[in-house]
Amino acid sequence: MVSMPTGNATAQANRRRYEELRSIGQGATISALPAATQRGTADIAPASLIEEEEVPGGWYSTMRLRRSEVLRLVDLTGNATPALIAWRGGHPAERMNLADTVKVQWSAALQRGRIILSDMGHVMFSIVEDTCGAHDALVGGSVCATGGDAGHRNTRANFVAAAGKLGLDRRDIPASLSLFSPVSVGPDGSFAWQQQRKASGDFIDLRAEMDVLVAISNCPHPFQATGLEASRPILVVRHHGLAYGASDPCNNVGAEVIRAFARTNRLCK
Amino acid sequence: MSARDPVSAILDLVIAPEQPWSAVVKRGQVLRIVDCEGRQAVDALFYRADDLAERYSAQDTLREQRNAYVGIGTQLISSEGRPMLTVIADTCGRHDTSAGCCSCESNAVRFGEHTRYLHACRENFLLELAKHGLSKRDIVANVNFFMHVPIDPSGHFTVVDGISEPGGYVDLLAEMDVLCVLSNCPQINNPCNGFNPTPIRVLIWDQRR
Repeated sequence: MVSMPTGNATAQANRRRYEELRSIGQGATISALPAATQRGTADIAPASLIEEEEVPGGWYSTMRLRRSEVLRLVDLTGNATPALIAWRGGHPAERMNLADTVKVQWSAALQRGRIILSDMGHVMFSIVEDTCGAHDALVGGSVCATGGDAGHRNTRANFVAAAGKLGLDRRDIPASLSLFSPVSVGPDGSFAWQQQRKASGDFIDLRAEMDVLVAISNCPHPFQATGLEASRPILVVRHHGLAYGASDPCNNVGAEVIRAFARTNRLCK
Repeated sequence: MSARDPVSAILDLVIAPEQPWSAVVKRGQVLRIVDCEGRQAVDALFYRADDLAERYSAQDTLREQRNAYVGIGTQLISSEGRPMLTVIADTCGRHDTSAGCCSCESNAVRFGEHTRYLHACRENFLLELAKHGLSKRDIVANVNFFMHVPIDPSGHFTVVDGISEPGGYVDLLAEMDVLCVLSNCPQINNPCNGFNPTPIRVLIWDQRR
């Protein structure tokens, strides 16, 4: 057996601090998360709508959002599992980082009230609305061997093409977040797909906390039983967001998140 | 246990605490990473030697094996869906590939701004990658050998005390010529190094035995 650490006072103080942060991060912070958005609520007022498009199954789209604008993705059939990647607008060397996102928040269960971090410790998105609460940050999208048509119409190919249209290339594609993709992890590490957590009309609102460029691929998740033969259109909406006032679902959930927002506000001044 | 004898290795060196290292491991060669004193995380990135834009992909690796952890038999898969290396020996049993590397910036968010100016794996990666013409955009989600990050069914995601014992090792068979870039993790704010970074050792054998 490995012996317990016998390190110096600094090491012991760092351990105590870590355990304290963990206890809060996996206790009080989770209790403070807002409830999931009810399906059929949080409609976008016509004056708040900026643009929208329907993306058919297998295809992709890119979008530019300014800070404070909101990206809404809607699963119109209950089949869709869109995958998302993002870069900081004007500074694409800064990009979405799911490892930091789940590590910093002590949780891989991204849901309403959580944030999505860049690789520079800034908030890219906050999840201000979310009816599904089941998104996959670990496995990502499909490649040609596991989903989509042979050769093209898979998430990897879609992201290479989307990045190209933004002046980026394969080196710029980070790990992707698969939305409405209920992947669970068993005690032995095995993955399972929980189809019952998906429903037609599921949507998520990602509020841009900095100017961002996004690429969205609308392909089957590799663990999903239904492939491209199933109807799977998504609605991609850019809007001005709902007014939350003092009851913002994201700004105050945990010391880590508060620090990340403080850093982001400095960046965007 | 593996019969590979250090005497026959073509490379055998110690990487001091907090330091990076890189080398091209040829197809058919075996790279061993040794956790000399136990519970020392080793962050690893891999690039196809003749096309550096093809690189290790954590998500492709997990998808292919349908399991969240790296262990014996895991094929480390590239961004183009090809096997880069295979784990052919492992005394530890479980390694992470979802928690990424530490950085000054993520440390500041996780542990407070007072931890920002501490050495971090991304600093190591930036300097080591620069030797090969690579930069921050080439840093992807890496493998964390000897780092224990259980993912709870509820989603709890926690770096906990390592389970690798002193002298523990992992052997990786190169399935293509691979540029391997390691960071002997300097993190002192979480248990991945037992709050005390220690040396590691790397060996390369010329052929599979």
